Amino acid sequence: MSAIQAQGLRKAFGSFVALNGLSLSVEPGAVFGFLGPNGAGKTTTIRILAGLARADAGEVCVAGVDLRADGHLLCRRVGYLPEEPAFYPWMSAVEFLDYVGRLYGHTTVERQKRSAELLELTGLTEARKRRVGGYSRGMRQRLGLAQALYHRPEVLLLDEPVSALDPAGRKGVLELIEGLRGQCTVFMSTHILADVERICDSVAVIDHGQLLVEGRRDELIDRYAAPALRVEAAARSVEAFTAWIANLKTLAWVSAVSLDGPAATVQVLDLPLAQRELLRLAVAADLTLERYELVKPTLEDVFLRIVA
Amino acid sequence: MNFLTALRKEWLEQRRTRRLLIVIVVFVAFGFSSPLLAKFMPEMMKSFPETAAIASVFPAPTVTDAVGQYLKNMSQFGLLLAVLLSMGAVTNEKERGTAALMLTKPLPRSSFLAAKAIALLITFGVGVALAGLGSYYYTLVLFEPLPVGGWLALNGLLLAYIFIYVGITLLASTLARTQVVAGGIAFGLAILLGILETIPTTGKLMPASLLKWGTQAALGNSETAWSALAVCLGLALAALLGAWLVLRRQEL
Repeated sequence: MSAIQAQGLRKAFGSFVALNGLSLSVEPGAVFGFLGPNGAGKTTTIRILAGLARADAGEVCVAGVDLRADGHLLCRRVGYLPEEPAFYPWMSAVEFLDYVGRLYGHTTVERQKRSAELLELTGLTEARKRRVGGYSRGMRQRLGLAQALYHRPEVLLLDEPVSALDPAGRKGVLELIEGLRGQCTVFMSTHILADVERICDSVAVIDHGQLLVEGRRDELIDRYAAPALRVEAAARSVEAFTAWIANLKTLAWVSAVSLDGPAATVQVLDLPLAQRELLRLAVAADLTLERYELVKPTLEDVFLRIVA
Repeated sequence: MNFLTALRKEWLEQRRTRRLLIVIVVFVAFGFSSPLLAKFMPEMMKSFPETAAIASVFPAPTVTDAVGQYLKNMSQFGLLLAVLLSMGAVTNEKERGTAALMLTKPLPRSSFLAAKAIALLITFGVGVALAGLGSYYYTLVLFEPLPVGGWLALNGLLLAYIFIYVGITLLASTLARTQVVAGGIAFGLAILLGILETIPTTGKLMPASLLKWGTQAALGNSETAWSALAVCLGLALAALLGAWLVLRRQEL
């Protein structure tokens, strides 16, 4: 059974259709990356999955809870982190987590233990008694993650969880999310493709409220990213190199070429043929090359190809 | 479910954000000063040449003036504070995003709203109690002792009067997107109630009737307005029920 199952979700705000028949399926225990350009419908989807908004049509089941029938059960099985988590500015982090613990019916000892664990995990132990009103955006994001994890949810919904963090903070949070693999299902929207590539097992790309593609990360890269070769000419043969690159575009096994100063990326349709032919043509053109390498396709290539 | 946890948080918020302090300071200031003003205003006016002639025709102040002054001040500032302190109660949480965060936890929307209403009731209750105590003391010293039961009834009715506006404002705060709009709606509804007070058939059931009843009770008269109390409390509860019905359908 899927941890998240959405079928034919539709949501409109006036004349603007945010979701247009979106269907998704997320396996239990997966770290799932939810990608799409701005305005694609990512946040709307997460708000529906968290029970904060209702779909106009379609069916949603999260952590075994049918949202239309038993939405009230969702709060004990799902953790939610909005894009910009907000707190009561007059509370300290430890008071806020204590409040969350009380809502989950934990005893004083349980609350103290769990709060200390989560503050340690999110690096907020030192700032635990400071009022949240004085926290930086990154600190609020980490406290947001702590509150979402408080009750050890089956499904964790994260809306752009690292967008506000500095590189060190981002690394820490990504490692934390990665550490949750197998313990709970993580559904994470983000626009930072490198992060998705780093920690997500499966990926979905949406645009205009519709699913464009969904699958395991490596399969998508294999399926959608065109193989490419990168060549870089020595400074003295840049002029000849530019002319040579322009000629490459006419070849049947070349699908696209992008030139960037003395370097170029050549996307090819037939990699073995390209690997044989490209060097031969360079030698024939009397070019001096400084670099020649096979470019590993990335999720960014997949994303740009699909969304474009 | 979890109402007490939410109430604990709301009560802490009333104290930490100094709302309780504001209510106490304002109410105590007017509670203490009302009998003093009733007693000494004519004498103060006599000391100024411009107002001395007018003051000389005033009758000597009585305990009725002290009670009237107290109720006038407390009801006006009570209404004002009820709207000002309640108008952001729900809108601020919706705007900031704390409502979205907290309502994904085991906190039913009914408890979320009821906790706010009760915390505000306690805040105003503390303010009215302290103001009533001070005003009773000065009225005793400067005029004559008032019947304790009647004085308690007056303050209870005053609290009920304030609670009507808390209920109305919480409804406005649930309906509106910003606290300014919520305040506007609440003041609009307060004006509407004021207009209804001027109509003879509806006037005797409106909140002002509670104040008239309170005055009579404090002065030891037996005149009552139970129907007005029932209508006004019904109005406050209907407003809170309406707020809950709106909030439970609202998307956050």
